[in-house]
Amino acid sequence: MAEVLAPEKKEGLFSKNNKKLLTDPLDDNNPITVQVLGICSALAVTTLVFPSIVITIAVVFVCAFSNLLTSLLRKSIPSQVRMIVQLVIVATLVTVVELSLKAINFDVYKQLTVFIGLIITNCIVMGRLEAFAMANTPWKSFLDGVGNGLGYGLILIVVSVVRELFGKGSLLAGTPLEMKMIGATSEYWINTTADGWQSFMFGWYQNNNLMVLPAAAMFLIGIYIWIQRSRNTKLVDIS
Amino acid sequence: MRSTRYIFTFVAIMTVVVALLLSLMSVGLKDIHDQNEAIFNKKAVLAAIETELGEDVKASKMADEEVLGIFDNNIEQQVIDFDGNEISIEDVESRGYKGGLAEHVDMKKERKKPEEERIFPLYMYSSDSGEKAYIVTVRGSGLWDEIWGNIALKDDLETVIGASFDHQGETPGLGAEIKDNSSWVRQFQNKKIYDEEGNYTSVNVRKGGARNERYEVDGISGATVTADGVTDMLYTGIQYYLPYLETLTKK
Repeated sequence: MAEVLAPEKKEGLFSKNNKKLLTDPLDDNNPITVQVLGICSALAVTTLVFPSIVITIAVVFVCAFSNLLTSLLRKSIPSQVRMIVQLVIVATLVTVVELSLKAINFDVYKQLTVFIGLIITNCIVMGRLEAFAMANTPWKSFLDGVGNGLGYGLILIVVSVVRELFGKGSLLAGTPLEMKMIGATSEYWINTTADGWQSFMFGWYQNNNLMVLPAAAMFLIGIYIWIQRSRNTKLVDIS
Repeated sequence: MRSTRYIFTFVAIMTVVVALLLSLMSVGLKDIHDQNEAIFNKKAVLAAIETELGEDVKASKMADEEVLGIFDNNIEQQVIDFDGNEISIEDVESRGYKGGLAEHVDMKKERKKPEEERIFPLYMYSSDSGEKAYIVTVRGSGLWDEIWGNIALKDDLETVIGASFDHQGETPGLGAEIKDNSSWVRQFQNKKIYDEEGNYTSVNVRKGGARNERYEVDGISGATVTADGVTDMLYTGIQYYLPYLETLTKK
């Protein structure tokens, strides 16, 4: 059950082992591209960058604190009902996130309400609780949660940047920082209808509607896995 | 293995702690949630008259204060009944809507009542230059769940200024286009709700493309049921308001 058996000797807060817990999920042990967990939400929320960032923050929060709480309780949780206890912890934290978001940014809440509920069933969260937090100390579990949340978020943000840029021509739409990159009106940085080099170079350009559909995320994650494995050959299965 | 007694105690304590935490949080944030919800609904009303508010105005991107400002200065609210009579604030409150204004009426609850007992919220917009618009609220059924919208009529009671739609659970990319696809929604601008002979037609969503430019808009491919739902909703929904609006313009 346990992935890493914790050595019982004293370690610094950010010792080499602990740092590895934080950085491993970003590349070598990425929850999406290597563990292949949490794909469903990665396909659904990545049409725009801003919601992806919000979901990332929510998942980091839920993952880290559910790991921490489970690890603190790991010696008193009765093993017969451990899954139910884990589920209650995750569901509580997700509800906390949902209620806070509803108060802070209602528009994003409306847009993400379905997916936030689905964090409860996000396989990354439950997977880390069962595989790591039940067998490791609270601090290590907390780092593992943050790391896995960030690893998930990294893919989400990479995919959503590509999808929003090529699908809608903008970045960070829906925020004050919105950047309009390429499009057919004067609001855009590259205006494909303006005279001069812009229409000469980009007059042919049209937003790619495929990028808005969930299928595009599947392709992009596939391409990411391809690039990642050709750079990092130890991830390649020999079979 | 733990004893059964231990398991029960553990689960009981956990449940109480979690329930207490969540209910405290929910009660504590309720005011902010209600306020956010109200502004969200007001933005949907303003989305129907976006073109009147100025060029390139997007109701969904307005600041909260701006929305409330327009509601305070330019919009008059009225609740009417099925026969087209005005209903007083006290009467609306006695029907269970605290506040008693049009914005407090819950169409979802009203839709469950028999037609004759329903009440309808109406927003009357007058611009700073004196132009008038009437925004009516309609509600109907899509493919999976309810759909609803706001339609703005000019004071000739015939021309549509604009519309905004929302839905509970239509399919993204298909039925959900009624909300997400702004160019589809824009088709409603300048449509008429009467045909050339003056018969009430409402605005119809026509599968395969509008045939009568006067009162039809193009359908959405792959979303025929939702589109038919919009047609039905508009036909019955706008009709409820006509008796009252006619008495208004006769004055």
